[in-house]
Amino acid sequence: MAIDSIKDKAAIVGIGVVDFSTDIGRTEWYTACQAIKLAAEEAGVNIDDIDGMVKSVDDGPDPTYTGKGLGIDNLLYHSENHWGTSAMMNAVHAVAGGLCNYCVYYQTAHRASGPEKCISDFLVAREFRDDSLDMVRYDYFSPFGLIGEPGYVAMMYRRYMHETGIKPEQLGWVPIVASENAARNTNAIFFDKSITIDDYMQSKLIADPIRELDCAPKVDGSIAIVITTPERAKALKQEPVIINSVASGYALEGQNYTSYTRDVITDLPEMENMAKELYRVGGMGPKDIKVAMLDDTFAPYVPMQLEALGFCGKGEAPAFIEGGDKIRVGGQLPVNPDGGEIGQGRFITTRIVEAVRQIRGTSTNQVANTDTVLVASGAGGPADGMICRKE
Amino acid sequence: MVMEYNPKIPTLRPYIDPDNQGFWDGVREHRLVIQKCKDCGLVIHRPRPMCPRCLSTEREWTPSMGKGVIYAYVNVIYQNAGYPGIKAPYSVVVVEITEGVRILANLYDIEPEGVRIGTPVEICFDDIADDLTLPKFKRLNS
Ligand SMILES: [Zn+2]
Repeated sequence: MAIDSIKDKAAIVGIGVVDFSTDIGRTEWYTACQAIKLAAEEAGVNIDDIDGMVKSVDDGPDPTYTGKGLGIDNLLYHSENHWGTSAMMNAVHAVAGGLCNYCVYYQTAHRASGPEKCISDFLVAREFRDDSLDMVRYDYFSPFGLIGEPGYVAMMYRRYMHETGIKPEQLGWVPIVASENAARNTNAIFFDKSITIDDYMQSKLIADPIRELDCAPKVDGSIAIVITTPERAKALKQEPVIINSVASGYALEGQNYTSYTRDVITDLPEMENMAKELYRVGGMGPKDIKVAMLDDTFAPYVPMQLEALGFCGKGEAPAFIEGGDKIRVGGQLPVNPDGGEIGQGRFITTRIVEAVRQIRGTSTNQVANTDTVLVASGAGGPADGMICRKE
Repeated sequence: MVMEYNPKIPTLRPYIDPDNQGFWDGVREHRLVIQKCKDCGLVIHRPRPMCPRCLSTEREWTPSMGKGVIYAYVNVIYQNAGYPGIKAPYSVVVVEITEGVRILANLYDIEPEGVRIGTPVEICFDDIADDLTLPKFKRLNS
C-alpha cells in the first residue's frame, strides 16, 4: 500500500486549451507549444521557470520538440505516461517530491485530420501503423478481424447486457446527457443541440451492440496543464486547484478493453482498486464528490464506473443513468458537465480541464458550490484517477 | 462457411513466438491444444511464459475436446469497425470451453443474426490460405 505523502501536495495552477477542431490545419508541434504557452500565461508562470514536462504517451511531440519550440534551456524532470491522470501522477510526484518546481503536463493529438484519418473512421489505425505497439494483440485478436476499440468494447458490452439486463434504451442516456451538456459548452464541437432517445436508437450499429453514438469521435486538440506546489501557487495568478489524491489501479488478467480471460469480464476491478486507494489517500469517499468526470470514450463504461467508484451499488447503474436526471447538472451526481469525450471528441485531458473549471466556478455548465471533483481514466484497463478540491 | 474473405487483402497473421508456438502448431494440424502447468496442473489460455498460480516455467500442451458455449460475441456490422480483409457483417466470439478457459475465434456455420450467448459449439479448423489455418467454432454436433 502506498504512503500518504502526495495528499494535497500539488496544485493545478494553469490550463491551456487550443480550440478543438476536426481539421486544425497546424502541426502537433505547433499546437503543443501553443497549449503550453497558453497554460503558462494563464498561470502567470514565466516559460523559463518551467522545469518539468510530462507528455501523454503516443500523443504529440516529446519535450525535445516542445522544449526547442519554447526555447526552454533546461528541464529538471521529463517523462511520459499513459492516459490523462496517469501522466498527471508523474507531474504530481515530480513537484511533490521536489524533482522540479513548475511541471507542465501536455496532451496533443490530431486524430481527426492526422495520419489516422485516412485509414478508418475509428481508432483501428494505431494497430496497423505501429507494429511495435501491443504486439501481443496480433496473435489473439487480429486474425479473427477483432481490430479496433469499438469491437473490443462490444465484446464486453454484449456480456454486460447479458448479465445485467441493461437495455440500449438505458445506456442511451449517457450520450443523450453528453449531447445536452456539449450543446451548452462552446468548446464542444460535436453537438449543436441535444439528441433524443429515438436519435440514439437510430444510431448506426457499428460493432453490434456498440453504436456510433456510444463512441467518442476523433478530434484534433491540444491541452497543457501547469502543476506546482500549493505553496508556490500562492504567488501565481489563478486560484489553485488542489490535487487531493492521485492513484492507479491494476487487476488480475487485465488488458486494455479486452480482459476477456478473467472470471468476470463485466466489472472494472482496476477502477475499484484505484478508487479504494484514491479515497484512502485523500481521506474522502464517494459521498464527498460533487462532480464526476468519468471515462466516456465508450458509453458502456459510464454505468460500470458509477458502480466501480462507489457512486451507486452493484447492479444499480442502469437505473441510475436511465432518464438522465441523476447524472445531469442539478442531479445527485453530475457526470461530465462539459459533454465528456462523446461531446468534445476523444481526448482524455478534457476531463482535467473541466475539473479545474468546475472548482474555479467557470464552467459553461457550472454545478453550484463544486468543491470536489473526481477524475477517472482508463476504464476497461489499467485505471487511474485524481480527486481535485477547492483550496 | 459464413465468413467471406477479400482475397486482395491478406488476413493478418498471428504473431507466433516461443510462448504461443505450440498453440498455433496445433491449429495448423487441426488440433486444439491448451497450455498446462506441469507442476500444478493449471490450464491456461492465452499462452504465457509461466504459470500465474505457481510461477513454474515447466509447460506442456494438453489436447482439448474443443467443446464449449458462446460466452460473448461481437457482430462487426460496419466495415470500418473491423478488418478490411473480412467482409462485414461477421462475428467474433469468445467461447468458454469445458476445460475452463476462453478462446477467441470466429464462427463457421452461424450467421451473425443467429449468434446467442450460451449456444453450445465445438471447434473446427478453416484452412483459409496455404499458410494459414484459423480455429473456428460450429454448432455442436452439426
Ligand atoms: Zn502452476
